[in-house]
Amino acid sequence: MSLLEGRRTHLLTAAAVIVFAAFLAVADRTFDAFTLRVLNLCGIYVVLALSLNLVNGFTGLFSLGHAGFMAVGAYTCALLTLTPEQKELNFFLEPIVPWLAHVTVPFPVALLAGGAAAAVLGFLIAAPALRLRDDYLAIATLGFAEIIRVVLTNAQPVTNGALGLKGLPPFAGTGVVWVCAAAAVLFMVLLVRSAYGRALKAVRDDEIAAAAMGVDVFRAKVVSFTVSSFMAGVGGALLGHVITTIDPKMFTFMLTFNILLVVVLGGIGSITGSVIASFAVTILMEALRFLDGPLNLGFLQTEGRPGLRMVVFSVLLMAVVLFRQRGLMGSREFSWSMLARAGLLPRPGRGGAAGGPHGAA
Amino acid sequence: MALLETERVTMRFGGLTAVSDLAIRIEQDEIVGLIGPNGAGKTTAFNVITGMNRPSEGRVRFAGEDVTGLARHQISRRGVARTFQNIRLFRELTVLENVLVGCHAAIAPGVFSAPLHLPGYRRREGEARELAASLLGEVGLEGNAADLAVSLPYGKQRRLEIVRALATRPRLLLLDEPAAGMNPQESLELMHLIRRIREKFSLTILLIEHHMQVVMGVCQRIYVLEYGETIAQGDPAAIQNDPKVIEAYLGAQ
Repeated sequence: MSLLEGRRTHLLTAAAVIVFAAFLAVADRTFDAFTLRVLNLCGIYVVLALSLNLVNGFTGLFSLGHAGFMAVGAYTCALLTLTPEQKELNFFLEPIVPWLAHVTVPFPVALLAGGAAAAVLGFLIAAPALRLRDDYLAIATLGFAEIIRVVLTNAQPVTNGALGLKGLPPFAGTGVVWVCAAAAVLFMVLLVRSAYGRALKAVRDDEIAAAAMGVDVFRAKVVSFTVSSFMAGVGGALLGHVITTIDPKMFTFMLTFNILLVVVLGGIGSITGSVIASFAVTILMEALRFLDGPLNLGFLQTEGRPGLRMVVFSVLLMAVVLFRQRGLMGSREFSWSMLARAGLLPRPGRGGAAGGPHGAA
Repeated sequence: MALLETERVTMRFGGLTAVSDLAIRIEQDEIVGLIGPNGAGKTTAFNVITGMNRPSEGRVRFAGEDVTGLARHQISRRGVARTFQNIRLFRELTVLENVLVGCHAAIAPGVFSAPLHLPGYRRREGEARELAASLLGEVGLEGNAADLAVSLPYGKQRRLEIVRALATRPRLLLLDEPAAGMNPQESLELMHLIRRIREKFSLTILLIEHHMQVVMGVCQRIYVLEYGETIAQGDPAAIQNDPKVIEAYLGAQ
């Protein structure tokens, strides 16, 4: 790539980031609460999808334990941000353990603590689980996630059990969510392009050869899993503070499945694919809500069928598996030159005016 | 002191003894061949030396140090590199990136220092890229640096495997059937390449090969395995006339 071309790419990326930031600023002021929440959910899904893509796509570990790490992040963060009065209101069946009753820390600290708690747990689970591979690893991580959920359900004095926690302060506004999403994208882009990301991909492509080349395979896997757990924990914490209520039932396998859906649709091993699919899936999830209600197709009338919209995603997933196994982007990344080749952007010379929402060019 | 020494190495898989009582001794700067019929245990011997399999019995010593039971990457970092019989390239990485993975230990990237491009990492990555580029030039792959490894023709994939192993800056290079599937002309070129890199990087080489022309052409000494047992060793002329070797390859008369 010529120097001029490199500068143009950077300018276009910077422009896209600014345009999207401006869009967010406007959206934050003008959108109604529902639309804004969907937009912020997109941002959270970006964090979650990237974290799952780090292990599944870039390290080649088939992990299905994401909901568990999200739950740990969400609970840790929530317990640290709830005010003492709210805690007393929540824990009416059995009082909260005394050492947690009066702890309240600022949201950024709680958010990082949520991520850290999930990371510690991820690290502990990684050591035994990562000795397994493929489907066995998937089953083991799935099991761990269920264990976490069961523990949360039964640790009444700490988590309030099946009642969940309500009245979480709505700290996860547009700014916080999208700063986290941007940080996740930036970190992933830099990581994947670095020597460390290269080693992860080498482990994914051929573990035996990677080890023979001096890569500490087990360590690389553990690090990848731990970092991914951190991101999942932060994502879970954000989710809790957007919805403002959490309970163990939120963090079932269905949640992991939704994130996996985003990753597979976007392309396993593609950052931009994950970002695009996060938007697509989150928005469709809400836009297709009418399918769950009573339908009137003229010749056919149905009562409400909750869950019907999920059928659309199942069909979508089947279509991807049949016709486009590698997902929307495969393992490729979006780049400005890709747009230029498609004729959507003027050839180098003058800066183009196009501003996509994704700065990961 | 021998660079590599295996002491009564035995490798059993359940009831099958793939290698028994293997005693190889390789001095610095030697080129040694390891031959034998299919299933003789040659690749298993490589796997034991490189830490892919832990031997059931016996010790492996490299440069005077007992390396038995060390992890694969630790043995690699001590200076033992290998290629694979069934090519094992990183399929979705480019040719250059494949070689750079070989430099992994030298770059020593951290999960945060690498993405943040901290100065130490930057310098080491820069040096690795220079080394990788010059190595690719050495075997005529400089024009393919940006291609995906999987897209290379077979002969080039074989050469890339060798270059990738060289990038770990080994003292001992284990080549597992580098000439497999090559025509006579390509085998000849490979022979020259092996001699050249050995000279240039002062390597000691242990070579598994079925092309007798290649083995006899480059090796100074040869070990012959059959059913895991070492049935003969010596210089190429002696091996060619050894009745046990002839029997192993051609059957008893």
